[in-house]
Amino acid sequence: MSGRTIGLLGPNGAGKSTLINTLLGFYRPIAGTARVFGHDIRTETRQIRALTGYMPESDCFIASMTAVNFIRMMAELSGLPSDAALERAHEALFYVGLGEARYRRLGTYSLGMKQLAKLAQAIAHGPKLVVLDEPTNGLDPPARQRMIRLIREMRDGGEVSILISSHLLRDVEETCEEVLILKEGRQVHYANLEEERRANRRFLELETVGGDNGFADAVTELGCECALTSAHRMKMVLPESFAIRELYRLAGERNIQIRRLSYRRDSLEDIFLKAMESTNGRP
Amino acid sequence: MAVHKRSYRSYAGGFTPAWSRFTIITRYAFKNLFRSRLLTAYFVCCFFYPLGCAVALYVNHNLSLLSALNVRQVFAVDAGFFLSFLGVQSGFAFILTAIVGPGLVSPDLANNALPLYLARPFSRAEYVLGKMAILLWLLSLITWIPGLILFLIESSLSGAGWAWANIGLAWGIFIGCGIEILVFSLLSLAISAWIKRKLAAGAALLGVFFFGSGLAQVINAVLETKNGYLIDLGNLLTTVEGSLFGHSNVVGISASSAWIALVAACVFCIALLERKVRAYEVVVG
Repeated sequence: MSGRTIGLLGPNGAGKSTLINTLLGFYRPIAGTARVFGHDIRTETRQIRALTGYMPESDCFIASMTAVNFIRMMAELSGLPSDAALERAHEALFYVGLGEARYRRLGTYSLGMKQLAKLAQAIAHGPKLVVLDEPTNGLDPPARQRMIRLIREMRDGGEVSILISSHLLRDVEETCEEVLILKEGRQVHYANLEEERRANRRFLELETVGGDNGFADAVTELGCECALTSAHRMKMVLPESFAIRELYRLAGERNIQIRRLSYRRDSLEDIFLKAMESTNGRP
Repeated sequence: MAVHKRSYRSYAGGFTPAWSRFTIITRYAFKNLFRSRLLTAYFVCCFFYPLGCAVALYVNHNLSLLSALNVRQVFAVDAGFFLSFLGVQSGFAFILTAIVGPGLVSPDLANNALPLYLARPFSRAEYVLGKMAILLWLLSLITWIPGLILFLIESSLSGAGWAWANIGLAWGIFIGCGIEILVFSLLSLAISAWIKRKLAAGAALLGVFFFGSGLAQVINAVLETKNGYLIDLGNLLTTVEGSLFGHSNVVGISASSAWIALVAACVFCIALLERKVRAYEVVVG
């Protein structure tokens, strides 16, 4: 997979966290292998971990430490010299919005702040890959929005790849370019959301008033695939670089009103449900 | 880059050598430990006896003072002197272990922090070594290091001849303390890894020594044997240290049996740590 942000989707128990833990070398694969930035997860765990920042799903911190000390220690353990680790700990805490609370003990943080502190420790050492396991777990809507915004900012900055595991489709839809759907420990679907979105823009549903007058044939001549679902309704697949205004021009020439023109909206939820249904009959 | 700049950026600077990473845990733990005034006070107290011994050695060789007191030599500086020194310092070391040891791994487990440590280029062995180094340093500072300093003081006062004649004592101090520190450290780490509550872990450490000693007596009495001492860690250490200083065993088990039992105890502790110090527990089945 080559996307900058990859979403791992699946119902509870699908194996999302297990996959992450295996990629990080916490679990040894029973069979097969995988590569992260070209490093084999069986033999080059240390190299993979050096390039990775990990935000676990559960509460993980040392309650008695201040946020800045904790993140500094974690950055040092990733190999940063002490001074650089301190500087980056401050930066990471400001970046996630905990700058004012950075000298507070982690044990006194609210759930939302703990999630942000976990994100800060995952990015403090400037990894090439950030693995976020259920990053919006337990967050209220404003805190969730903040987390999503941070993930998008990191994605758009282009310096880091992000792997997000979540059972919240909306989170993944808002942040990811590619999606891997898992069920019962198996990959059941892969979708490139960007391509899906582009493809969806090529599927049109049209409702017209005023007779056919060769409209469907004219549209077909312009390279569109066209199917009439009823006398006034048609579905069409547009060729690349087709301008919608051409449809209006053709309709105008034939005194036809276009009453409704809608793009197919195949949301991630549709993709997810299809993937779940397609495997239901499998033994 | 300014500290307050709010954007993500990757790190392009240098890295510390991988071998030195375990010392980071040790450094942070030391900072945390000595915030406790009680611990600091106790740690200072641990140096009183070695200081007293150093003064005694000096007095022992201060001819004018001795002649004023009309004694030729107050005491003999031999294996017995160093063995009793180690006996006293071992007591201090054990109490220090009981104070410090339980708080080493258990807070990380209670806070579920191990995945964060181990998601970095940092192995489980390095984690254990980093935690163990805390006790290795603390216990070394109050056992073999002052012991060897006393040996050097006596050597400087008695001359090179005494040092060469008694060089075995220096090795005895070093190896005897070494095995003791290793057993204390591994045992306290293993208990700390399995018992999340610090207080309970401290109590369990005391229990292993005192309950083990009591159980050994019961086994010996019921089965009319001496093998019960094999589970009495205190006696095993005494036997091993005694053998290093050329003293005959006093509890009825051979030095080799004691060595084997101590090595087995260490291996058992390592196995306990191996099972517990993991990012996530693997549930099979």
